[in-house]
Amino acid sequence: MTKQHYSRRFFLKSSAAFTALAALPAGVKAFYVDVENVVLPPRQMLPLKIKVNRQEYEVQADSRTTLLDLLRENLGLTGSKKGCDHGQCGACTVHINGERVLSCLTLAAMVPGQEVTTIEGLADGDKLHPMQQAFIECDGFQCGYCTPGQIMSAVACVKEGRTGSVEEIKEFMSGNLCRCGAYNGIVQSIQKVAAL
Amino acid sequence: MRPFAFQKVNNAAEALKSKKAEAQFIAGGTNLVDLMKKHIAQPEALLDVSAALPKDIAVSGKGILIGAMARNTDLTLNKDILARYPLVARAVLAGASPQIRNMASVGGNLLQRTRCPYFYDVSTPCNKRKPDSGCGALNGAERMSAIVGYNEKCVAVHPSDLCVALAALDAEVKIMTPDKKEKTIPFLQFHKLPEATPWKDNTLPENALITQVYIPENPFHQHFAYLKLRDRTSYAFALVSVAAALHLENGKIKAARLASGGVAHKPWRWYEAEEFLKGKTPSEAVFAEAAERVVKGTKPLAGNAFKVPMLKGAVETALQNCLTPL
Repeated sequence: MTKQHYSRRFFLKSSAAFTALAALPAGVKAFYVDVENVVLPPRQMLPLKIKVNRQEYEVQADSRTTLLDLLRENLGLTGSKKGCDHGQCGACTVHINGERVLSCLTLAAMVPGQEVTTIEGLADGDKLHPMQQAFIECDGFQCGYCTPGQIMSAVACVKEGRTGSVEEIKEFMSGNLCRCGAYNGIVQSIQKVAAL
Repeated sequence: MRPFAFQKVNNAAEALKSKKAEAQFIAGGTNLVDLMKKHIAQPEALLDVSAALPKDIAVSGKGILIGAMARNTDLTLNKDILARYPLVARAVLAGASPQIRNMASVGGNLLQRTRCPYFYDVSTPCNKRKPDSGCGALNGAERMSAIVGYNEKCVAVHPSDLCVALAALDAEVKIMTPDKKEKTIPFLQFHKLPEATPWKDNTLPENALITQVYIPENPFHQHFAYLKLRDRTSYAFALVSVAAALHLENGKIKAARLASGGVAHKPWRWYEAEEFLKGKTPSEAVFAEAAERVVKGTKPLAGNAFKVPMLKGAVETALQNCLTPL
Protein backbone atom coordinates (compact mmCIF):
# COMPACT_ATOMS: atom_id res chain seq x y z
CA MET A 1 0.00 0.00 0.00
CA THR A 2 1.51 3.29 -1.06
CA LYS A 3 0.78 6.45 0.83
CA GLN A 4 -0.40 9.25 -1.40
CA HIS A 5 1.04 12.71 -0.78
CA TYR A 6 -0.70 15.94 -1.60
CA SER A 7 0.54 17.08 -4.97
CA ARG A 8 0.36 20.32 -6.90
CA ARG A 9 -2.23 18.66 -9.11
CA PHE A 10 -4.35 17.73 -6.08
CA PHE A 11 -4.09 21.26 -4.70
CA LEU A 12 -5.13 22.86 -8.00
CA LYS A 13 -8.06 20.53 -8.43
CA SER A 14 -9.31 20.92 -4.87
CA SER A 15 -9.07 24.68 -4.84
CA ALA A 16 -10.90 24.87 -8.18
CA ALA A 17 -13.65 22.62 -6.86
CA PHE A 18 -14.08 24.63 -3.65
CA THR A 19 -14.21 27.91 -5.55
CA ALA A 20 -16.88 26.52 -7.87
CA LEU A 21 -18.91 25.17 -4.96
CA ALA A 22 -18.73 28.43 -3.03
CA ALA A 23 -19.87 30.39 -6.06
CA LEU A 24 -23.06 28.33 -6.42
CA PRO A 25 -26.15 29.48 -4.51
CA ALA A 26 -27.25 26.91 -1.93
CA GLY A 27 -30.58 26.39 -3.71
CA VAL A 28 -28.88 25.37 -6.95
CA LYS A 29 -26.69 22.87 -5.14
CA ALA A 30 -29.68 21.37 -3.35
CA PHE A 31 -31.51 21.12 -6.66
CA TYR A 32 -28.70 19.14 -8.28
CA VAL A 33 -28.41 16.84 -5.27
CA ASP A 34 -32.16 16.19 -5.52
CA VAL A 35 -32.01 15.57 -9.27
CA GLU A 36 -29.10 13.21 -8.84
CA ASN A 37 -30.91 11.22 -6.16
CA VAL A 38 -34.05 10.88 -8.27
CA VAL A 39 -32.52 10.36 -11.70
CA LEU A 40 -29.32 8.43 -11.06
CA PRO A 41 -28.86 5.05 -9.47
CA PRO A 42 -26.63 5.13 -6.39
CA ARG A 43 -22.88 5.21 -6.89
CA GLN A 44 -21.01 2.09 -6.02
CA MET A 45 -17.60 2.42 -4.39
CA LEU A 46 -15.44 -0.67 -4.78
CA PRO A 47 -12.40 -1.66 -2.74
CA LEU A 48 -9.80 -2.59 -5.35
CA LYS A 49 -6.44 -4.30 -4.92
CA ILE A 50 -4.41 -3.53 -7.99
CA LYS A 51 -0.85 -4.42 -8.90
CA VAL A 52 0.91 -1.79 -10.98
CA ASN A 53 4.59 -1.85 -11.88
CA ARG A 54 5.25 -4.66 -9.36
CA GLN A 55 3.69 -2.66 -6.54
CA GLU A 56 0.38 -3.46 -4.78
CA TYR A 57 -2.13 -0.66 -4.28
CA GLU A 58 -5.38 -0.70 -2.30
CA VAL A 59 -7.85 1.96 -3.35
CA GLN A 60 -11.54 2.77 -3.11
CA ALA A 61 -12.91 3.65 -6.52
CA ASP A 62 -16.28 4.37 -8.12
CA SER A 63 -17.37 1.40 -10.27
CA ARG A 64 -17.22 3.73 -13.29
CA THR A 65 -13.50 4.38 -12.92
CA THR A 66 -11.45 3.32 -15.91
CA LEU A 67 -7.98 1.91 -15.41
CA LEU A 68 -6.61 5.08 -17.04
CA ASP A 69 -8.36 7.36 -14.54
CA LEU A 70 -7.35 5.12 -11.65
CA LEU A 71 -3.70 5.28 -12.72
CA ARG A 72 -3.71 9.02 -13.24
CA GLU A 73 -6.07 10.29 -10.56
CA ASN A 74 -5.83 7.74 -7.75
CA LEU A 75 -2.27 6.48 -8.09
CA GLY A 76 -0.62 9.61 -9.47
CA LEU A 77 0.87 7.68 -12.40
CA THR A 78 0.28 10.36 -15.03
CA GLY A 79 2.59 8.87 -17.65
CA SER A 80 -0.30 7.11 -19.39
CA LYS A 81 -2.09 9.82 -21.32
CA LYS A 82 -5.74 10.55 -21.98
CA GLY A 83 -5.96 11.43 -25.66
CA CYS A 84 -9.40 10.63 -27.01
CA ASP A 85 -10.70 8.52 -24.08
CA HIS A 86 -12.61 6.42 -26.66
CA GLY A 87 -10.09 3.85 -27.83
CA GLN A 88 -9.18 5.63 -31.03
CA CYS A 89 -5.72 7.09 -30.36
CA GLY A 90 -3.69 4.64 -28.24
CA ALA A 91 -2.18 7.30 -25.94
CA CYS A 92 -3.42 5.34 -22.90
CA THR A 93 -1.78 2.03 -23.92
CA VAL A 94 -0.51 -0.03 -20.97
CA HIS A 95 0.32 -3.70 -20.55
CA ILE A 96 -1.89 -6.11 -18.65
CA ASN A 97 -0.13 -9.41 -17.99
CA GLY A 98 2.45 -8.35 -20.57
CA GLU A 99 -0.06 -7.63 -23.35
CA ARG A 100 -0.83 -4.19 -24.69
CA VAL A 101 -4.37 -2.92 -24.00
CA LEU A 102 -6.20 0.41 -23.88
CA SER A 103 -6.56 1.58 -20.29
CA CYS A 104 -9.30 4.08 -21.24
CA LEU A 105 -11.64 1.23 -22.24
CA THR A 106 -10.71 -1.01 -19.31
CA LEU A 107 -12.80 -0.73 -16.17
CA ALA A 108 -10.57 -0.66 -13.10
CA ALA A 109 -12.97 -3.12 -11.44
CA MET A 110 -11.95 -5.76 -14.00
CA VAL A 111 -8.22 -5.46 -13.33
CA PRO A 112 -7.64 -6.99 -9.83
CA GLY A 113 -5.68 -10.21 -10.00
CA GLN A 114 -3.75 -9.05 -13.06
CA GLU A 115 -0.41 -7.30 -13.49
CA VAL A 116 -0.41 -3.81 -14.95
CA THR A 117 2.72 -2.23 -16.40
CA THR A 118 2.78 1.45 -17.32
CA ILE A 119 5.46 3.65 -18.88
CA GLU A 120 6.67 4.39 -15.32
CA GLY A 121 7.46 0.71 -14.80
CA LEU A 122 9.51 0.21 -17.95
CA ALA A 123 12.92 1.56 -16.92
CA ASP A 124 15.23 -0.43 -14.69
CA GLY A 125 15.98 2.17 -12.03
CA ASP A 126 17.86 4.97 -13.78
CA LYS A 127 18.55 2.80 -16.79
CA LEU A 128 16.04 3.44 -19.57
CA HIS A 129 14.31 0.57 -21.34
CA PRO A 130 15.97 -0.01 -24.74
CA MET A 131 12.82 1.26 -26.44
CA GLN A 132 12.86 4.50 -24.44
CA GLN A 133 16.53 4.95 -25.38
CA ALA A 134 15.76 4.22 -29.03
CA PHE A 135 12.95 6.80 -29.12
CA ILE A 136 15.45 9.43 -27.92
CA GLU A 137 18.12 8.37 -30.38
CA CYS A 138 15.79 8.09 -33.40
CA ASP A 139 13.67 11.20 -32.73
CA GLY A 140 10.58 9.07 -32.13
CA PHE A 141 8.59 12.05 -30.90
CA GLN A 142 8.11 15.80 -30.99
CA CYS A 143 5.54 17.03 -28.46
CA GLY A 144 5.69 13.74 -26.55
CA TYR A 145 2.01 13.39 -25.69
CA CYS A 146 1.48 10.11 -27.57
CA THR A 147 4.95 8.83 -26.64
CA PRO A 148 4.15 6.76 -23.51
CA GLY A 149 1.45 4.93 -25.47
CA GLN A 150 3.71 4.59 -28.51
CA ILE A 151 6.52 3.13 -26.40
CA MET A 152 4.25 0.67 -24.56
CA SER A 153 2.81 -0.41 -27.89
CA ALA A 154 6.26 -0.60 -29.50
CA VAL A 155 7.61 -2.82 -26.71
CA ALA A 156 4.67 -5.19 -27.27
CA CYS A 157 5.10 -5.04 -31.06
CA VAL A 158 8.68 -6.28 -30.74
CA LYS A 159 7.66 -8.96 -28.24
CA GLU A 160 4.91 -10.15 -30.61
CA GLY A 161 7.48 -10.44 -33.38
CA ARG A 162 5.57 -8.17 -35.74
CA THR A 163 8.66 -6.30 -36.96
CA GLY A 164 9.42 -8.21 -40.18
CA SER A 165 9.10 -5.16 -42.44
CA VAL A 166 8.29 -1.47 -42.29
CA GLU A 167 4.78 -2.34 -43.53
CA GLU A 168 4.30 -4.89 -40.77
CA ILE A 169 5.50 -2.45 -38.10
CA LYS A 170 3.16 0.23 -39.43
CA GLU A 171 0.22 -2.17 -39.46
CA PHE A 172 0.88 -3.37 -35.92
CA MET A 173 1.43 0.17 -34.64
CA SER A 174 -1.73 1.48 -36.32
CA GLY A 175 -3.55 1.75 -32.99
CA ASN A 176 -1.26 4.59 -31.89
CA LEU A 177 -1.74 7.96 -33.55
CA CYS A 178 0.87 10.73 -33.56
CA ARG A 179 -0.36 14.16 -34.62
CA CYS A 180 3.19 15.52 -34.86
CA GLY A 181 3.86 12.86 -37.48
CA ALA A 182 6.94 11.33 -35.87
CA TYR A 183 6.06 8.01 -37.48
CA ASN A 184 9.37 7.55 -39.32
CA GLY A 185 11.33 7.95 -36.09
CA ILE A 186 8.94 5.58 -34.32
CA VAL A 187 9.38 2.90 -36.98
CA GLN A 188 13.19 3.35 -36.82
CA SER A 189 13.13 3.03 -33.02
CA ILE A 190 11.26 -0.24 -33.29
CA GLN A 191 13.62 -1.57 -35.97
CA LYS A 192 16.56 -0.63 -33.78
CA VAL A 193 15.21 -2.51 -30.75
CA ALA A 194 14.06 -5.48 -32.84
CA ALA A 195 17.62 -5.84 -34.15
CA LEU A 196 19.14 -5.98 -30.62
CA MET B 1 -21.11 7.62 -17.41
CA ARG B 2 -24.20 6.75 -15.39
CA PRO B 3 -23.51 5.03 -12.08
CA PHE B 4 -23.90 1.26 -12.13
CA ALA B 5 -23.45 -1.67 -9.79
CA PHE B 6 -20.53 -3.91 -10.74
CA GLN B 7 -20.52 -7.64 -10.15
CA LYS B 8 -18.09 -10.33 -11.23
CA VAL B 9 -19.67 -13.72 -11.89
CA ASN B 10 -17.86 -17.06 -11.86
CA ASN B 11 -19.84 -19.20 -14.29
CA ALA B 12 -22.55 -19.01 -16.93
CA ALA B 13 -25.28 -20.24 -14.57
CA GLU B 14 -24.46 -17.53 -12.04
CA ALA B 15 -24.34 -14.95 -14.83
CA LEU B 16 -27.80 -15.92 -16.08
CA LYS B 17 -29.24 -16.06 -12.57
CA SER B 18 -27.90 -12.59 -11.71
CA LYS B 19 -29.02 -11.00 -14.99
CA LYS B 20 -31.85 -8.51 -14.67
CA ALA B 21 -33.36 -6.65 -17.60
CA GLU B 22 -31.53 -3.39 -16.74
CA ALA B 23 -28.17 -5.15 -16.42
CA GLN B 24 -25.67 -5.86 -19.15
CA PHE B 25 -22.94 -8.45 -19.48
CA ILE B 26 -19.44 -7.10 -19.99
CA ALA B 27 -16.55 -9.10 -21.48
CA GLY B 28 -13.74 -7.18 -23.20
CA GLY B 29 -15.56 -3.88 -22.78
CA THR B 30 -14.05 -2.29 -25.90
CA ASN B 31 -17.47 -1.38 -27.29
CA LEU B 32 -19.66 -1.24 -24.17
CA VAL B 33 -17.42 1.07 -22.08
CA ASP B 34 -17.24 3.47 -25.02
CA LEU B 35 -21.04 3.41 -25.43
CA MET B 36 -21.50 4.00 -21.70
CA LYS B 37 -19.17 7.01 -21.78
CA LYS B 38 -21.33 8.45 -24.55
CA HIS B 39 -24.55 7.69 -22.62
CA ILE B 40 -25.72 5.45 -25.45
CA ALA B 41 -25.68 2.39 -23.21
CA GLN B 42 -26.90 3.10 -19.67
CA PRO B 43 -27.06 -0.20 -17.81
CA GLU B 44 -27.90 -0.07 -14.11
CA ALA B 45 -25.63 -3.01 -13.46
CA LEU B 46 -22.69 -4.69 -15.17
CA LEU B 47 -22.03 -8.41 -14.86
CA ASP B 48 -18.40 -9.17 -15.62
CA VAL B 49 -18.45 -12.52 -17.44
CA SER B 50 -14.73 -12.58 -18.28
CA ALA B 51 -14.13 -15.42 -15.81
CA ALA B 52 -17.48 -17.10 -16.41
CA LEU B 53 -17.24 -18.18 -20.04
CA PRO B 54 -14.89 -20.56 -21.87
CA LYS B 55 -11.88 -19.03 -23.62
CA ASP B 56 -10.31 -22.11 -25.17
CA ILE B 57 -10.22 -22.89 -28.89
CA ALA B 58 -10.44 -26.62 -29.52
CA VAL B 59 -10.98 -28.96 -32.44
CA SER B 60 -14.33 -30.61 -31.85
CA GLY B 61 -15.58 -33.44 -34.04
CA LYS B 62 -15.21 -32.21 -37.60
CA GLY B 63 -15.09 -28.54 -36.73
CA ILE B 64 -13.68 -26.16 -34.18
CA LEU B 65 -15.23 -24.70 -31.02
CA ILE B 66 -14.22 -21.22 -29.96
CA GLY B 67 -15.01 -20.08 -26.41
CA ALA B 68 -16.94 -16.83 -26.19
CA MET B 69 -14.17 -15.33 -24.04
CA ALA B 70 -11.38 -16.19 -26.49
CA ARG B 71 -9.70 -12.90 -27.35
CA ASN B 72 -9.69 -11.70 -30.94
CA THR B 73 -5.89 -12.01 -30.85
CA ASP B 74 -6.20 -15.69 -29.88
CA LEU B 75 -7.88 -16.35 -33.23
CA THR B 76 -4.86 -14.92 -35.05
CA LEU B 77 -2.36 -17.14 -33.21
CA ASN B 78 -4.15 -20.47 -32.70
CA LYS B 79 -2.49 -23.13 -34.84
CA ASP B 80 -5.72 -24.98 -35.67
CA ILE B 81 -7.39 -21.77 -36.81
CA LEU B 82 -4.34 -20.86 -38.90
CA ALA B 83 -4.15 -24.32 -40.48
CA ARG B 84 -7.83 -25.04 -41.06
CA TYR B 85 -9.67 -21.69 -40.94
CA PRO B 86 -7.06 -19.10 -41.98
CA LEU B 87 -9.78 -16.84 -43.41
CA VAL B 88 -10.92 -16.21 -39.82
CA ALA B 89 -7.46 -15.09 -38.70
CA ARG B 90 -7.11 -12.92 -41.79
CA ALA B 91 -10.42 -11.17 -41.15
CA VAL B 92 -9.62 -10.54 -37.48
CA LEU B 93 -6.25 -8.99 -38.39
CA ALA B 94 -8.03 -6.60 -40.75
CA GLY B 95 -10.05 -5.18 -37.86
CA ALA B 96 -9.36 -2.78 -34.97
CA SER B 97 -5.84 -2.40 -33.51
CA PRO B 98 -3.56 -4.85 -31.68
CA GLN B 99 -4.57 -3.30 -28.33
CA ILE B 100 -8.28 -3.72 -29.03
CA ARG B 101 -7.83 -7.24 -30.41
CA ASN B 102 -6.04 -8.14 -27.15
CA MET B 103 -9.07 -6.99 -25.15
CA ALA B 104 -12.08 -7.84 -27.32
CA SER B 105 -13.78 -11.21 -26.89
CA VAL B 106 -15.22 -13.35 -29.66
CA GLY B 107 -18.70 -13.26 -28.11
CA GLY B 108 -18.49 -9.49 -27.76
CA ASN B 109 -17.37 -9.11 -31.35
CA LEU B 110 -20.66 -10.69 -32.47
CA LEU B 111 -22.63 -8.32 -30.24
CA GLN B 112 -20.84 -5.05 -31.08
CA ARG B 113 -23.11 -2.20 -32.10
CA THR B 114 -23.00 -0.31 -35.37
CA ARG B 115 -20.54 2.56 -35.92
CA CYS B 116 -23.13 4.63 -37.81
CA PRO B 117 -22.28 8.25 -36.86
CA TYR B 118 -25.95 8.98 -36.17
CA PHE B 119 -26.09 6.14 -33.65
CA TYR B 120 -23.15 7.76 -31.84
CA ASP B 121 -24.45 11.35 -32.02
CA VAL B 122 -27.06 11.57 -29.26
CA SER B 123 -28.31 14.93 -30.59
CA THR B 124 -29.69 13.26 -33.74
CA PRO B 125 -32.57 10.84 -34.15
CA CYS B 126 -31.70 7.15 -34.43
CA ASN B 127 -34.13 4.25 -34.32
CA LYS B 128 -31.36 1.97 -33.17
CA ARG B 129 -30.50 4.13 -30.17
CA LYS B 130 -34.01 5.39 -29.42
CA PRO B 131 -36.83 3.29 -30.91
CA ASP B 132 -39.17 5.19 -33.24
CA SER B 133 -37.20 8.45 -33.09
CA GLY B 134 -36.40 8.25 -36.83
CA CYS B 135 -33.27 7.67 -38.88
CA GLY B 136 -30.81 10.56 -39.09
CA ALA B 137 -28.59 8.78 -41.57
CA LEU B 138 -31.27 8.38 -44.24
CA ASN B 139 -30.99 11.46 -46.48
CA GLY B 140 -28.15 12.61 -44.24
CA ALA B 141 -24.45 11.88 -44.56
CA GLU B 142 -24.96 8.38 -45.91
CA ARG B 143 -21.41 7.69 -47.00
CA MET B 144 -20.88 4.77 -44.60
CA SER B 145 -24.43 3.41 -44.87
CA ALA B 146 -25.86 0.19 -46.29
CA ILE B 147 -26.38 -0.61 -49.97
CA VAL B 148 -28.49 -3.70 -49.48
CA GLY B 149 -31.11 -5.02 -47.04
CA TYR B 150 -31.90 -1.67 -45.40
CA ASN B 151 -35.24 0.08 -44.97
CA GLU B 152 -36.38 3.62 -44.16
CA LYS B 153 -36.05 2.89 -40.44
CA CYS B 154 -32.34 2.08 -40.48
CA VAL B 155 -29.46 2.20 -42.98
CA ALA B 156 -26.69 1.25 -40.53
CA VAL B 157 -24.12 -1.45 -41.30
CA HIS B 158 -22.64 -4.15 -39.08
CA PRO B 159 -19.01 -3.24 -38.32
CA SER B 160 -17.38 -6.61 -37.65
CA ASP B 161 -14.71 -8.23 -39.86
CA LEU B 162 -14.65 -11.50 -37.92
CA CYS B 163 -18.39 -11.90 -38.52
CA VAL B 164 -17.93 -11.63 -42.30
CA ALA B 165 -15.56 -14.62 -42.21
CA LEU B 166 -17.89 -16.55 -39.86
CA ALA B 167 -20.81 -15.85 -42.22
CA ALA B 168 -18.79 -17.09 -45.19
CA LEU B 169 -17.87 -20.30 -43.36
CA ASP B 170 -21.41 -21.10 -42.12
CA ALA B 171 -20.48 -20.92 -38.44
CA GLU B 172 -22.94 -21.51 -35.59
CA VAL B 173 -23.51 -19.57 -32.40
CA LYS B 174 -23.92 -21.61 -29.21
CA ILE B 175 -25.98 -19.84 -26.59
CA MET B 176 -27.40 -20.44 -23.12
CA THR B 177 -30.87 -19.10 -22.39
CA PRO B 178 -32.01 -17.75 -18.99
CA ASP B 179 -33.59 -21.13 -18.19
CA LYS B 180 -30.08 -22.61 -18.73
CA LYS B 181 -30.98 -24.41 -21.95
CA GLU B 182 -28.24 -24.67 -24.55
CA LYS B 183 -29.23 -23.73 -28.09
CA THR B 184 -27.57 -23.29 -31.46
CA ILE B 185 -28.29 -20.43 -33.85
CA PRO B 186 -26.93 -20.68 -37.43
CA PHE B 187 -24.59 -17.73 -37.91
CA LEU B 188 -26.53 -16.29 -40.82
CA GLN B 189 -29.65 -16.18 -38.67
CA PHE B 190 -27.86 -14.63 -35.71
CA HIS B 191 -27.70 -11.08 -37.02
CA LYS B 192 -30.89 -9.63 -38.49
CA LEU B 193 -31.97 -6.93 -40.90
CA PRO B 194 -33.55 -3.74 -39.49
CA GLU B 195 -37.14 -4.82 -40.32
CA ALA B 196 -39.60 -3.11 -37.94
CA THR B 197 -37.18 -3.37 -35.00
CA PRO B 198 -33.84 -1.77 -35.97
CA TRP B 199 -32.94 -1.37 -32.29
CA LYS B 200 -32.42 -5.13 -32.21
CA ASP B 201 -29.19 -6.16 -33.94
CA ASN B 202 -29.61 -9.90 -33.58
CA THR B 203 -31.83 -12.80 -32.64
CA LEU B 204 -30.13 -13.60 -29.33
CA PRO B 205 -33.01 -14.07 -26.87
CA GLU B 206 -33.40 -11.53 -24.06
CA ASN B 207 -30.92 -12.10 -21.20
CA ALA B 208 -29.24 -15.04 -22.97
CA LEU B 209 -25.47 -15.54 -23.20
CA ILE B 210 -23.25 -16.53 -26.11
CA THR B 211 -21.05 -19.36 -24.82
CA GLN B 212 -19.22 -20.60 -27.93
CA VAL B 213 -18.89 -20.23 -31.68
CA TYR B 214 -18.60 -23.36 -33.84
CA ILE B 215 -17.10 -23.49 -37.31
CA PRO B 216 -17.76 -26.71 -39.25
CA GLU B 217 -15.02 -28.42 -41.25
CA ASN B 218 -14.62 -26.89 -44.71
CA PRO B 219 -12.36 -27.17 -47.75
CA PHE B 220 -11.57 -23.45 -47.93
CA HIS B 221 -8.22 -23.34 -46.14
CA GLN B 222 -6.08 -23.16 -49.30
CA HIS B 223 -7.74 -20.53 -51.47
CA PHE B 224 -9.10 -17.62 -49.50
CA ALA B 225 -8.81 -13.86 -49.22
CA TYR B 226 -10.12 -11.08 -47.02
CA LEU B 227 -10.08 -7.68 -48.67
CA LYS B 228 -11.07 -4.61 -46.70
CA LEU B 229 -11.35 -1.16 -48.25
CA ARG B 230 -11.44 1.84 -45.92
CA ASP B 231 -10.59 5.50 -45.58
CA ARG B 232 -7.07 4.79 -44.33
CA THR B 233 -4.82 1.76 -44.72
CA SER B 234 -5.36 0.45 -41.21
CA TYR B 235 -7.44 0.88 -38.06
CA ALA B 236 -10.67 2.03 -39.67
CA PHE B 237 -14.06 0.44 -40.27
CA ALA B 238 -14.79 -0.96 -43.71
CA LEU B 239 -16.39 0.99 -46.50
CA VAL B 240 -16.75 -2.44 -48.06
CA SER B 241 -15.03 -5.71 -47.25
CA VAL B 242 -15.07 -9.07 -49.01
CA ALA B 243 -14.36 -12.55 -47.66
CA ALA B 244 -13.78 -14.90 -50.57
CA ALA B 245 -12.93 -18.59 -50.55
CA LEU B 246 -12.67 -21.15 -53.32
CA HIS B 247 -12.51 -24.93 -53.24
CA LEU B 248 -10.57 -25.83 -56.39
CA GLU B 249 -10.42 -29.33 -57.81
CA ASN B 250 -8.78 -30.25 -61.12
CA GLY B 251 -8.62 -26.61 -62.09
CA LYS B 252 -12.33 -26.04 -61.55
CA ILE B 253 -14.25 -24.29 -58.79
CA LYS B 254 -16.04 -27.00 -56.81
CA ALA B 255 -17.49 -24.55 -54.30
CA ALA B 256 -17.21 -20.83 -53.57
CA ARG B 257 -17.99 -18.56 -50.67
CA LEU B 258 -18.47 -14.82 -50.90
CA ALA B 259 -19.51 -12.54 -48.04
CA SER B 260 -19.26 -8.81 -47.37
CA GLY B 261 -19.05 -6.34 -44.54
CA GLY B 262 -19.89 -2.66 -44.70
CA VAL B 263 -22.84 -3.26 -47.02
CA ALA B 264 -25.74 -4.30 -44.78
CA HIS B 265 -27.20 -4.41 -41.27
CA LYS B 266 -25.70 -7.90 -41.01
CA PRO B 267 -22.78 -9.75 -42.58
CA TRP B 268 -24.00 -10.39 -46.10
CA ARG B 269 -23.64 -13.56 -48.21
CA TRP B 270 -23.67 -13.34 -52.02
CA TYR B 271 -25.35 -16.67 -52.76
CA GLU B 272 -26.14 -16.02 -56.42
CA ALA B 273 -22.51 -15.27 -57.25
CA GLU B 274 -21.39 -18.34 -55.27
CA GLU B 275 -23.80 -20.48 -57.27
CA PHE B 276 -22.56 -18.94 -60.54
CA LEU B 277 -18.92 -19.74 -59.70
CA LYS B 278 -19.65 -23.41 -59.05
CA GLY B 279 -18.16 -25.62 -61.80
CA LYS B 280 -16.44 -22.73 -63.59
CA THR B 281 -12.76 -22.53 -64.48
CA PRO B 282 -11.24 -19.53 -62.68
CA SER B 283 -10.52 -16.60 -65.01
CA GLU B 284 -10.70 -12.85 -64.95
CA ALA B 285 -13.87 -12.96 -67.03
CA VAL B 286 -15.56 -15.46 -64.70
CA PHE B 287 -14.64 -13.38 -61.64
CA ALA B 288 -15.89 -10.20 -63.33
CA GLU B 289 -19.20 -11.93 -64.10
CA ALA B 290 -19.46 -13.10 -60.46
CA ALA B 291 -18.80 -9.54 -59.26
CA GLU B 292 -21.48 -8.31 -61.65
CA ARG B 293 -23.94 -10.70 -60.00
CA VAL B 294 -22.91 -9.42 -56.57
CA VAL B 295 -23.62 -5.77 -57.34
CA LYS B 296 -26.77 -6.48 -59.38
CA GLY B 297 -28.87 -6.68 -56.23
CA THR B 298 -27.48 -3.59 -54.51
CA LYS B 299 -29.43 -0.36 -54.19
CA PRO B 300 -27.21 2.50 -53.01
CA LEU B 301 -28.49 5.62 -51.28
CA ALA B 302 -27.81 9.11 -52.65
CA GLY B 303 -24.57 9.45 -50.66
CA ASN B 304 -22.93 6.07 -51.07
CA ALA B 305 -23.25 5.10 -54.75
CA PHE B 306 -19.44 4.90 -54.82
CA LYS B 307 -19.68 1.71 -52.79
CA VAL B 308 -21.14 -0.23 -55.74
CA PRO B 309 -18.18 -0.05 -58.16
CA MET B 310 -15.89 -0.30 -55.13
CA LEU B 311 -17.59 -3.55 -54.09
CA LYS B 312 -17.45 -4.89 -57.64
CA GLY B 313 -13.71 -4.29 -57.83
CA ALA B 314 -13.21 -5.70 -54.33
CA VAL B 315 -14.98 -8.95 -55.25
CA GLU B 316 -12.91 -9.38 -58.41
CA THR B 317 -9.66 -8.65 -56.57
CA ALA B 318 -10.54 -10.92 -53.64
CA LEU B 319 -11.33 -13.80 -55.99
CA GLN B 320 -8.06 -13.24 -57.86
CA ASN B 321 -6.20 -13.19 -54.53
CA CYS B 322 -7.70 -16.59 -53.71
CA LEU B 323 -5.64 -18.09 -56.55
CA THR B 324 -2.31 -16.88 -55.23
CA PRO B 325 -0.97 -19.38 -52.71
CA LEU B 326 -0.09 -17.60 -49.47
